[in-house]
Amino acid sequence: MAAEQQAEQHIWTRRDFFSLSGWMGIFAVLGTWTLSMVRFMFPRVLFEPSPLFKAGFPEDYSVGEVSEKFKASQRVWIVRDEEGIYALLAVCTHLGCTPRWLAAENKFKCPCHGSGFTREGVNFEGPAPRPLERLKISRAEDGQILIDKSRKFLWEKGEWSKPEAFLKV
Amino acid sequence: MAEKKSSVGKVLTESQLWKSVFRHDYKDTPRNRALQILSNVFLHLHPAKVRRHGCRVRFTWCMGGISFLLFLVTVVTGVVLMYYYRPTGEYAYADMKYLMFDVPFGPLMRNMHRWAAHAMVITVWLHMLRVFLSGSYKPPREFNWVIGVVLLVSTMMLSFTGYLLPWDQLSMWAVTVGTNMARATPLLGHEGPFGPELGMTPRYDARAFLLGASLVGPPALLRFYVLHCIAIPLFAAILMGVHFWRVRKDGGISGPL
Repeated sequence: MAAEQQAEQHIWTRRDFFSLSGWMGIFAVLGTWTLSMVRFMFPRVLFEPSPLFKAGFPEDYSVGEVSEKFKASQRVWIVRDEEGIYALLAVCTHLGCTPRWLAAENKFKCPCHGSGFTREGVNFEGPAPRPLERLKISRAEDGQILIDKSRKFLWEKGEWSKPEAFLKV
Repeated sequence: MAEKKSSVGKVLTESQLWKSVFRHDYKDTPRNRALQILSNVFLHLHPAKVRRHGCRVRFTWCMGGISFLLFLVTVVTGVVLMYYYRPTGEYAYADMKYLMFDVPFGPLMRNMHRWAAHAMVITVWLHMLRVFLSGSYKPPREFNWVIGVVLLVSTMMLSFTGYLLPWDQLSMWAVTVGTNMARATPLLGHEGPFGPELGMTPRYDARAFLLGASLVGPPALLRFYVLHCIAIPLFAAILMGVHFWRVRKDGGISGPL
């Protein structure tokens, strides 16, 4: 009788306490270990080329030209219109293939699913949901065009009109 | 039967070595046949007895069994291919060509792996169709249906990860497309529903987990190789064990409608 009363005074028995703390310890170890495994999959440093590159001098491009000069090495088109130069990232906004510039049809055409873009980069046919991305373009100290692929300008966010997205010549 | 055995066979099957491995002889009694299944680690997942309709091809289409056979074919031929294939940007494509043009029986091994893999995707779908049409997903087999769905997804993930390994233009762009879809993963993709709200960015999301980089490149090749050769087969094999075990525990192959 006395022992029963004593047991009722405690929320947990000694066995419950050790069992619970044991399981909590096991799940704490498994949990932190799983989190560290997830974090392990995302390295801090990626060994990838610099996003900055120089694309020659503005005089190298004639008005109306869509240059594929840096497509193979940098995946970027340099487009020269009447007012200046802009850089388009050659990554289809549908699922990331590299479109081709079809000069005769005056459009970019993606070979994967047929998305088409105007020379400005605006999507007008196929499954691509938004225009191509433009890149930060400026003049380097030596006067060459400097393109920064890490800074993108999206049409749908109204960023194409920002001064860094266009190089006036 | 015992009298017909040659003396050599008799010496062999009555030796201590033989009897230590094979506990039960060929006596054709219900009890002995059950014991033969139960005492074998590989066969014991299988029911000791199968009902007559369970052997009818027109009822089961044998699609589960054929899927498992094809899985075994891909495991054996896949392990063989691993002796030559190096999952690095410099060597992967050349090693695939080496297998196809120089290694003796290389084309046989690679093509068996390839065709068995393609066939397995088809047979797994047909197996699912058969199970659906025969109502075999109903209680008490609901959980085994769920395991089956996970196995179907594993089969497709095996197929997808294997597609990158030839490291040619087709695999590069197919996986570029496939991994870009991972951007739209709910919760875990940086362009998916609730992804940005959960802190997903292009650098830290489901796609970055698959690629280990920002584009399909050597890190992605290595990751797909590890997923294809170790992680997914191991996961699928364990689930297959559970799947077969549950067929037995849930009352054997379901009866005709």
